[in-house]
Amino acid sequence: MSSTTSSRDGSRVSLAKPPRASAEHVDATYPLWFHIPAGVIYIVLFIVPTIFSFYFAFTRWTLFKSTFIGFDNFVLFFSEPGLIGSLRNTLVYGFITSAAKVVLGMLLAVVLSAPIIARGYLRSVTFFPVLVSAVGVGITFQVLLDPFNGIVNKLISSVTGADGPGWLTDPDIALLSVAGIDVWKGLGLATLIYIAGIAAIPNEYFEAARVDGANSWQMFRHIILPLSFPATSTVIILSLIGGLRSFDLIWTTTQGGPGFASDVIASVIYKQYQAGFYGLSTAGNVILFVVVTAIIYPLSRWLNSKETVL
Amino acid sequence: MNAMRRPTRWLVGLIGILVTTGLFLVPFAFVFTMAAKDTNEASLLEFSWPTHFQLWQNVVEVFRARDFMLVIAFINSTILTVASVTLMVVFGAMVAYVLDRRKSRLNPLINTLVLAGLIIPPAVVPTIWVMQSLGLFKTLPGLILVEVAFGLAFTVLTMRAFIASIPREIDEAAIVDGAGPLRLFFQVIFPLLRSVIVTIVVVQSIFVFNDFQNPLYFLPGSQNATVQLTLFNYMSQSQTTYNLLFANVLVITVPMLVMYIIFQRQIVAGMTSGAVKG
Amino acid sequence: MSLPTKGRQALIAGLVAGGLALSACSAGSLGTSSTAASGGAAGVTITYLVDNSDQAVKPAQSLVDAFNATNSGVTVKLETRAQGTDGDNVVKTKLATGDMAEVFAYNSGSLMAALDPAKNLVPLTNESFMSNVQDAFKSSVTSGSDVYGVPMGGATGGGILYNKKVFAQLGLSVPKTWDEFMANNAKIKAAGIDPVIQTYGDTWTSQLFVLADFANVTSAQPDWAEKYTAGQAKYVDQPALTSFERLEEVHKAGYMNKDFASAKNSQGLQKLVKGTGAQYPMLTFVIGAYSAMSDTAKDDIGFFAQPGDDAAQNKLTSWSPGGVYIPTTATGDKLEGAKKFLAFIASTAGCDAQTKGLTPSGPYMVKGCTLPAGLPAAVNDLQKYYTDGNLSPALEFLSPIKGPNLEKITVEVGSGITSAADGAKRYDEDVKKQAQQLGLPGW
Repeated sequence: MSSTTSSRDGSRVSLAKPPRASAEHVDATYPLWFHIPAGVIYIVLFIVPTIFSFYFAFTRWTLFKSTFIGFDNFVLFFSEPGLIGSLRNTLVYGFITSAAKVVLGMLLAVVLSAPIIARGYLRSVTFFPVLVSAVGVGITFQVLLDPFNGIVNKLISSVTGADGPGWLTDPDIALLSVAGIDVWKGLGLATLIYIAGIAAIPNEYFEAARVDGANSWQMFRHIILPLSFPATSTVIILSLIGGLRSFDLIWTTTQGGPGFASDVIASVIYKQYQAGFYGLSTAGNVILFVVVTAIIYPLSRWLNSKETVL
Repeated sequence: MNAMRRPTRWLVGLIGILVTTGLFLVPFAFVFTMAAKDTNEASLLEFSWPTHFQLWQNVVEVFRARDFMLVIAFINSTILTVASVTLMVVFGAMVAYVLDRRKSRLNPLINTLVLAGLIIPPAVVPTIWVMQSLGLFKTLPGLILVEVAFGLAFTVLTMRAFIASIPREIDEAAIVDGAGPLRLFFQVIFPLLRSVIVTIVVVQSIFVFNDFQNPLYFLPGSQNATVQLTLFNYMSQSQTTYNLLFANVLVITVPMLVMYIIFQRQIVAGMTSGAVKG
Repeated sequence: MSLPTKGRQALIAGLVAGGLALSACSAGSLGTSSTAASGGAAGVTITYLVDNSDQAVKPAQSLVDAFNATNSGVTVKLETRAQGTDGDNVVKTKLATGDMAEVFAYNSGSLMAALDPAKNLVPLTNESFMSNVQDAFKSSVTSGSDVYGVPMGGATGGGILYNKKVFAQLGLSVPKTWDEFMANNAKIKAAGIDPVIQTYGDTWTSQLFVLADFANVTSAQPDWAEKYTAGQAKYVDQPALTSFERLEEVHKAGYMNKDFASAKNSQGLQKLVKGTGAQYPMLTFVIGAYSAMSDTAKDDIGFFAQPGDDAAQNKLTSWSPGGVYIPTTATGDKLEGAKKFLAFIASTAGCDAQTKGLTPSGPYMVKGCTLPAGLPAAVNDLQKYYTDGNLSPALEFLSPIKGPNLEKITVEVGSGITSAADGAKRYDEDVKKQAQQLGLPGW
């Protein structure tokens, strides 16, 4: 079938034939070269450097010269005493922030999709934190959560009479505090994705449900929840990847401290980089890559398969 | 979703206003008061109304610092954000569209690359090497392309989820009307993507405009500063001038705030227009 | 499928060209350094890169202004970079990519040695202006057989800043031994004042008890640094373990301010100036910062070296000033211009220009340079150690190894999260990586 669907001379020969006729037709309608502009930029500036970095992970690299040392960097990385802790912290941080964003984002989106008063204001306000840079948020919360001068603990001590916790300075809760800030900052984005997902649900479903006399909970349970599943899987994947790779906020609030209490793999990698251990740091990149892939890849496949079932 | 009764609307709305004000607006009020204090009072890090209200003076000082570095930074950041987000959206939409619509042997590879782009932390120094061999290192176009490369994965993923919800019947109808692939994409599909494009423009603009690390490495030099790098001026080892730091935070947050307020209506409009609904 | 090909190609070309045009035009409206630097039409213009802290920019700007006023045919333009470890990366990246300014300021000692000077820096050993530079400084910018830098700013002491009013009120005298120091602390605490200020909100400040104790380590074992570099001396063993134990001791005795875990350096200085805290282990480069906090601060705050076991061997741990270097990428006229500028830095006129920009916090390392009168009391206290020759260089000038995680470990020890012994052990492991990276023998 030599269809001329793409020519502008308006030849209508192809009209007579059914549109889904053959693979060639799909080729013409959805040309593969659409991948090229993005692909070139992506491969040159992302894939190629990444491949380079896989070589440097096996070297001792001073930036001026590199010496091949085999698996030494990986051995050293795993003998780093902070690493096991940072691995645990990475998982805790990733799962907590992701779960909180999924649950809170969904609830908030449902509320903000309902016809409540001040909806526009509320949508804006929940999105405000997303607009501020991680540095700005980090600095602000360091001050707000200051154990003695911060308004949070001043409030706590005026209510309870006791000193509030050292949110970012107590090694037992520092990581959770940063996770909380991360949720504060990122919730608006998750909510936005959910709002888009809910808005994409055809109105007929709601109308039909209303005719059937469904209540709000039933609408949520049987319409919103299943039909916004693409949004859910996007939020899960993005926030989990963001959480596992998270670095900016941890760095601007605790720098992995106190001591090593809130170190995650990404901050350990950065510290090795700062220290000039470029090969070691790159090895850390590879390890992080493996950890994240081992979690995200099966998860995303599973979510995709559920999505197609729906 | 219009099932709510009037009292419920008010109740939920009021609770929402109270909670969000406490959670989200107080930190902003704090930034604002800090930005209006003098250096000594700000260094106490207390949440109080400034005894000497000097917001304007601080803002002027922030703009004047280091030979108006912040003005240059604003120009650079604006160009960087507009150019990279435009390229990201157009190129990303093209990939997402073909990826969703066409079953190709390339798809598993592209999916893997997209996922890899989200997962793998960028390798800074090898990237500098590559950029230098292309003459792109330390240039604004270079940084723009880097931001595009790092942002494509997210764009493609988000767009694809959205494109999947656009019925293929729309494509078929356009083809029946004689549209070629370019017309089909740019004139039929692209407009339908409006709400997701607005979302991506907002999200990626925030990401690029707020990016701290990439400009630091790929566009060094005070002549090339972007707005986030200007924060460095106020964070020195022994004395952080918190009033100027927060004034700077305030000043560089305003553009994103304005952009959001402008686009917010379009987000809502794009979502309620029902263009996408079957 | 015949016709569309041409159209597609045209479209790709259009998109790519559009993208490039967009980026190209944006670059044009930038006002990049090429236009900004073309000021001196007749002579040569060079760039001087310093970090962006006030302590660096103020004297550097004043130095550049004074130099440009000499009309030597060379115009110097100041450029700033990030500081701290991010700044280290900027410097290393610029050197590696051949993108360094013609003249740049950077630490001396082990950090300078890590720049691979033989490959990246222009040796200055035979330049005539080097005879103005004190030998004590030269040794900290020497790598192999060559000298690579001239000093910028004054020397810095590491020790303890104290509030003289509090000491006078409580009838305390400056301690010469650690026991005296701890006895003072007990009295200060009894008076309701925090004896020792710690500020782990800025983690680097946590290292001072360990770093400033180094003069005491060398007193106990003069060849410790040498053995340490060779991998034979460790922090888990005495005498170096004492440095960690002292930090632990102060924490256990409850001598620290209540908010030690979150306080920042500037808050610590405020406490010291106000007298709510009596002593603050610190580097003397903060003198300018606290002097600005109140009218009397510069006279109220004094300085003493960290006391050790033996009063007779009470010595100062001293940091050399940072150096100013020329990268090998500077050639021809620019190289000559850069050398002229360095000669100016290493002259009394250069010192005076720096003094005009920022009150010096320690003695200059250029021969003939003097400090102005009316300096803060702590500078005079510091100066005495130098005139008496009563000092030891800090470890980083004697050994190329400094573990990157020291400040995290001292936060742990100082907060009571880990013991001194565990902290020292952890630091030894940290140091091992650094030594291996440098390819030192014995590791």
